[in-house]
Amino acid sequence: MEILVDVVLLSLLVITALAINGTKDLFASIMLTGIYSLLSASFFVLMDAVDVAFTEAAVGAGIATLLMLSCMTLTGQYERKPRRSQQALGLLVVSITGVLLYFGTLDTPNFGDAHSPIQDHLAPHYLHQSMAEIGIPNVVTSVLASYRGFDTFGETVVIFTAGIGVLALIGFRPKRKTDGQLQSLVAPMHHQKILRVLSKLLIPPILLFALYVQFHGDYGPGGGFQAGVIFAAAIILYAMIFGVDIARRAFPDAAVRLLAALGVLLYGSVGLVSLLSGKHFLDYSILGDTPQHGQHWGILLVELGVGITVTSVMLIIFFTFSARVDRRGRDGDASQRQ
Amino acid sequence: MSALLHYNYWIVIVLMMIGFYIVITHSNLIKKLLGLSIFQTSVFILYISMGKVIGGSAPILSDKVQIYSNPLPHVLILTAIVVGIATTALGLALVVRLREAYGSIEEEDIQAQERDEGQAP
Repeated sequence: MEILVDVVLLSLLVITALAINGTKDLFASIMLTGIYSLLSASFFVLMDAVDVAFTEAAVGAGIATLLMLSCMTLTGQYERKPRRSQQALGLLVVSITGVLLYFGTLDTPNFGDAHSPIQDHLAPHYLHQSMAEIGIPNVVTSVLASYRGFDTFGETVVIFTAGIGVLALIGFRPKRKTDGQLQSLVAPMHHQKILRVLSKLLIPPILLFALYVQFHGDYGPGGGFQAGVIFAAAIILYAMIFGVDIARRAFPDAAVRLLAALGVLLYGSVGLVSLLSGKHFLDYSILGDTPQHGQHWGILLVELGVGITVTSVMLIIFFTFSARVDRRGRDGDASQRQ
Repeated sequence: MSALLHYNYWIVIVLMMIGFYIVITHSNLIKKLLGLSIFQTSVFILYISMGKVIGGSAPILSDKVQIYSNPLPHVLILTAIVVGIATTALGLALVVRLREAYGSIEEEDIQAQERDEGQAP
């Protein structure tokens, strides 16, 4: 039965990918990408990767689609059809690469084999020792925040850097004078009564859920990355319905930028504290009375740092893009009036 | 039944090649980014498929469960997804800037303009 669902989901993924290739309308392709993400999230659930599915559903079907749509609003909706010669050449290259890769798969261990090399080395240690060493049931969280904490620190820094990069590319521009009114062209949904009432009902539970995901990540699927994205999604939903300007009043740019840096700082300082106490960088066992207790504290703080940074960077990116869309809309209005 | 033992890996190849095809043939930059994200997801699927153990369960320890799937690929891919969206956002920001500089996001147009500028002086 599981195999059947697996085959169906993967086939649907291929069909969606082909449809993305086929359509010339970028709006349609971006929507299909959202469906593609949702399908892959269901596939991840099937493969027991619940934490991954969580992240993919929040990121891929939520925020990525939105960012691509705002980018499309700024650049145009239709693409030009690729030339015939290019298509033929591309098909040739892709077929040759595909066939070579196919021969590569013939040597791979069977799918789902419990004795394949990947299952022999680190995984047994994590599965059997982590309860004694770290003391939390969700192995993914112990590996993410403790065993491979240094890795995760690097990834948090990458996300932070990407936020700075987006700001540097399209963020800093002299502000144009507006007529002082709180109005936003990104929020044409403001007059939609059903959306307004429903989103008002939904946003508090979403925020609450994000907090649950953040702090329950030790015991169930969840953690800083997922919570951060869900938190940002709730605020972005608010911004879309009630206007980006109003959302930016509640979450001022300066504060959001400060928080993005603060998350990375929190993560790094936890590492420094253990370094200064004579342990290795990011070895949390010193933080509590017993090593296990220390691990609990370390993971809690580190995940909090990740959550803060991810939330703020997602907000920075969304606000920056929507400010661009907004400004362009106003310019367009002004030129039309002239 | 034996074909099913490698089915996931073959789908990974097909998805990867569709993504690759979009990146090399389409000239629209947003479409290229969509192709890249298909390519990226195919790698995610490869990792997660390798970590799966038939009859296993999600790696959240419990007394009632004996077999777990491999948690390590999950950790790697979980962070890769969030890093992926951050870098995609960076790519989209670049596309916005290119559009402002060249008035188009079709690779051919941008290259043509570059060529003209090179010949002019």
